[in-house]
Amino acid sequence: MKQVTITVNGKEYTREVEPRLLLSDFLRHELGLTGTHVGCEHGVCGACTILFDGESARSCLTFAVQADGHEITTVEGLTSLSSPHLLEDGRTEGGNNLHPLQQAFWEAHGLQCGYCTPGILMSMIPFLKQNPNPTEDEIRHALSGNLCRCTGYQHIVDAVKLAAEKMR
Amino acid sequence: MKPAPFEYHAPSSIEEVLDLKSQYGDDAKFLAGGQSLVPAMNFRIVQPSVLIDLNRVNELSYIREDKHTLRVGAMARERHLEFDASIQKHAPLLHEAVPFIAHPQIRNRGTIGGSIVHADPAAELPVLMLALNARLKAKSKKSERWIEAKGFFAGMFTTALEPDEALVEIEIPFAEKNTGWSFMEVAPRLGDYAMMGVAALVTLDKNKKCTSAKLVYLNAGDGPVEAVEAEKLLEGEVLNDTLIESAASYASEKEINPFGNIHASADFQRHLAKVLTQKTLKQALERVSQ
Repeated sequence: MKQVTITVNGKEYTREVEPRLLLSDFLRHELGLTGTHVGCEHGVCGACTILFDGESARSCLTFAVQADGHEITTVEGLTSLSSPHLLEDGRTEGGNNLHPLQQAFWEAHGLQCGYCTPGILMSMIPFLKQNPNPTEDEIRHALSGNLCRCTGYQHIVDAVKLAAEKMR
Repeated sequence: MKPAPFEYHAPSSIEEVLDLKSQYGDDAKFLAGGQSLVPAMNFRIVQPSVLIDLNRVNELSYIREDKHTLRVGAMARERHLEFDASIQKHAPLLHEAVPFIAHPQIRNRGTIGGSIVHADPAAELPVLMLALNARLKAKSKKSERWIEAKGFFAGMFTTALEPDEALVEIEIPFAEKNTGWSFMEVAPRLGDYAMMGVAALVTLDKNKKCTSAKLVYLNAGDGPVEAVEAEKLLEGEVLNDTLIESAASYASEKEINPFGNIHASADFQRHLAKVLTQKTLKQALERVSQ
């Protein structure tokens, strides 16, 4: 077992881990941050994408021990307050503090089942930072490392376009 | 947990790295970017008993200009190669090809040394090393040596490195004057493994005669494949469409040995190789600065 201290979404966590524990499993099982989804576990689907020192990376292709002393951002780090939730009468409450990227995905119907969404969001954060005014082609290219099985790509592209507008 | 258990070391100097490798030899695997090794470990295709993590060895991560060469530390990330001004200036072929390597999320972690040592025949960097006449510095606790890229790739996922050696530096000569370059590949989607890819370089003299040509292919055999005979057809000649077509035919029919896969039959790969050879040679010719 190795002791690691990892900063996740600005909060420092110290844990004892086996070297073979993947960062994705560390986030989900050790920290309970289940927003990072696990899909293919060999780097193809992109569902587990997180930010490693600010750059997008597959958390299933990194061991937790490698993140010792580093900064990780997960989808939970995008918003400080609670996500929107459904009230009994069918209205939604909360969510006013969604990141503009999340807000855009909501408004443009950029998610269906939502499984791929956290990974897509974490890929798009650095992309939109580097390309505040992307063309549709650039957006599609930037999304190519994330798979969506609901075939919702058109709405995802629309959502990223909308997010770019909101974030400019 | 997905990967099998292993003993983990995270040294912070080259000296410690080489000590560990001399101690464990083939039982130890280096963990560079982990973008090929960790998937294989997750599937338990690979179960190293010892893992030597190179990510804390800062002295292995650099891109420097020397007098006539670029010096790249084995742990330089692919994403850094992509945006490096020296590489853009002195190795435009490499600059053009790096964005074809997987996706940004992978290039953020993946390293030049990791991809070279992994020696996947479908990977871009081994092909580029051959095309660029790179030299690779192998170091062990006892000695160090330079290996020409041509002699480095020893077959599918196999290199000339000894069990106690580590690849520490990549030396890339500056692009010669009057040299044009081109890299192209065809993949189901950009970022996927390519069905076929070609790196081409053409150097011309004052009379526009080709003094040197390079044609290197990915996914065309059990390592990066150089079409030496097709290059000879071009050298010493003033290049035209007919000559380019015959070189492309020769390379794609006689010199490469694609195996075919789920996306492309071997015949289709040969067809792609022929088309891409013509396209890359023509683009390289257009780019020769006069």
